[in-house]
Amino acid sequence: MPEPVRVLDVRDLRTSFFTSQGEFKAVDGVSYHVDRGEIVAIAGESGCGKSVTQMSVLQLVPSPPGRILGGSAMFEGRNLLALEPRSKAMRQVLGGEIAMIFQEPMTSLNPVLTIGRQLSEVIALHAKISRRQAWSRGVAALEAVGIPDAEQRMRSYPFEMSGGMRQRVMIATAVACDAKLIVADEPTTALDVTTQAQVMELLLDLVKKDGKSLVIITHNLGLISRYAHRVYVMYAGNIIESGTTEALLTGAKHPYTRGLLNAIPRLEADTDTDLVPIVGAPPSLNDRPSGCAFEPRCPFAQPDCRTRPFPEMRLVGQPNHYAACHLDIDAGASPVRVS
Amino acid sequence: MADPLLSVENLKVHFPVTRGVTRRPIGALKAVDGVSFAINKGESFGLVGESGCGKTTTGKSVLGLIAPSSGRILYKGVDLAKATQAEAKALRRERQLIFQDPYGSLDPRQSAFSILREAIAADGQRRSGADIQHEVSVLLRTVELGADMGSRFPHELSGGQRQRLGIARALACKPELIVCDEPVSALDVSIQAQIINLFKSLQKITGVSYLFIAHDLAVVRHVSSHIGVMYLGNIVEITGSKHLYSNPLHPYTKALLSAIPITDYYQEQKRARIVLKGDVPSPMNKPSGCPFHPRCSLATEPCSVIPPELRVVEPGHSVACHNV
Repeated sequence: MPEPVRVLDVRDLRTSFFTSQGEFKAVDGVSYHVDRGEIVAIAGESGCGKSVTQMSVLQLVPSPPGRILGGSAMFEGRNLLALEPRSKAMRQVLGGEIAMIFQEPMTSLNPVLTIGRQLSEVIALHAKISRRQAWSRGVAALEAVGIPDAEQRMRSYPFEMSGGMRQRVMIATAVACDAKLIVADEPTTALDVTTQAQVMELLLDLVKKDGKSLVIITHNLGLISRYAHRVYVMYAGNIIESGTTEALLTGAKHPYTRGLLNAIPRLEADTDTDLVPIVGAPPSLNDRPSGCAFEPRCPFAQPDCRTRPFPEMRLVGQPNHYAACHLDIDAGASPVRVS
Repeated sequence: MADPLLSVENLKVHFPVTRGVTRRPIGALKAVDGVSFAINKGESFGLVGESGCGKTTTGKSVLGLIAPSSGRILYKGVDLAKATQAEAKALRRERQLIFQDPYGSLDPRQSAFSILREAIAADGQRRSGADIQHEVSVLLRTVELGADMGSRFPHELSGGQRQRLGIARALACKPELIVCDEPVSALDVSIQAQIINLFKSLQKITGVSYLFIAHDLAVVRHVSSHIGVMYLGNIVEITGSKHLYSNPLHPYTKALLSAIPITDYYQEQKRARIVLKGDVPSPMNKPSGCPFHPRCSLATEPCSVIPPELRVVEPGHSVACHNV
């Protein structure tokens, strides 16, 4: 097997929001990487910092109140965090080499400009070609993402398209600029399931055929099961477990990951048994426990989990399966709290 | 067999589409186009489908919020369209609604206590302050909210707690049927499970029936005994919720199921994927014949002409398809 090419390597990223209520540690020491041709999922519930992590890497965090406090994000030999925000170099990366797709495509498109105008503007800017050339490249990109009558569609406005089509336009932008890395933040959450399948198959195609890399931020474990190669699970600003999709979904080692897997209603499962919810709610990010952030909700927690410092990620399985938990929940440690 | 609590017979809801200042009718939006189903007491019926398939409009008709264009809705044997005003009012209290967005459906200026008091008082009976106090605390306990939550305002509650309050408000009227319209889709997964379990335990305690409307089939399966799959204003398949996953018959149901990725990794790797072409057509110009025929892999000549009837293919399992 050839050595994987590392596309993005983020180390110890820390981002906080400073408000009148204090410091909110949205991302508190997150490290992850993405290889070429790989689909990496970042999973977690709302407020766990999965979106802010990606926004930080692309320097899109609104400042103030947000501030990147530390860490590095190596992309193609450059540290993105060292680039000046809004600088020429950063803008070249953003949208050109790294494309971002958001949950609600309507809000990322300008409602008063035609699709063609917006698409060709981005292409002309990044490829440094004329508007006319950019237009024809835009048509080709729309065709590539499976939009019929592409030439005509270039003259449509966003409101004339369905949600699935608008999301395809966003993907077309990434295709046209030949982005190496696509970051998709809940790309299909606003879409119906059959449309979700269409959009995801399209993204999968880009990864398989063109060797692009994809980071997908999602809370949908089914989507991860079907599409992702590797998964990072986040909780309260930290990555608490990472590994291959197979390892995480079939042998989760962190109590939170396991809790999530037990809590979701499954299409394939027997419906007579009750779901097992995770008790309580995630901690507020300005008032986190100093030790393990999941301890107050953890069914396995031991008395010293509260007093010990935050658990480091440690190797719990092969290949490269890491979890940030003091305990080995498969051996010995039994649930001490019953929900 | 006893009469069902609710029975919907060939329900049609068509919205007129008008043009210009004279509001000249130019067509009809067929939101619901011939839907029939029944819910027995203490049972729950799930309606699933993609956006725009008419599931919410069906729910609103059942509550009497939208008048049907044709067809009948019988609640406890009473045709709601023909009921007298007094009858209708009494029956309306027995049918309650839980919304998707628990924040938008609660008055931000009212405390939880005051929200519940209003719902309790809706039956017009006089009560002492102590009685109301008692009923509120019973309601809060039923939905597993702490007694101190009464003084809180909606913005001071988390999403899950707000949804519990919405459920408590629905229960305040001692309903026999609750229409739940996407009640958990705005919640995080760990909270979703808590609310789903609450729905199930409430049903065991109070014997309430649910009409459970959601786009997420996995969620609907957990709370419903029977499920109707809707597509463009029609129910295309009705069956027991266990049966639906193991033996879907309608080509749309099959495509819908295969489009939903499942969490079980080894099963998921083996599943066949059917990716439908194109988008759902607009209910303004529904395709002739079977509404699904332009996207269907089984479509034959008659499909584009004759609309298929829902017919029983095995006990408890009905499908609207010519080729099944």
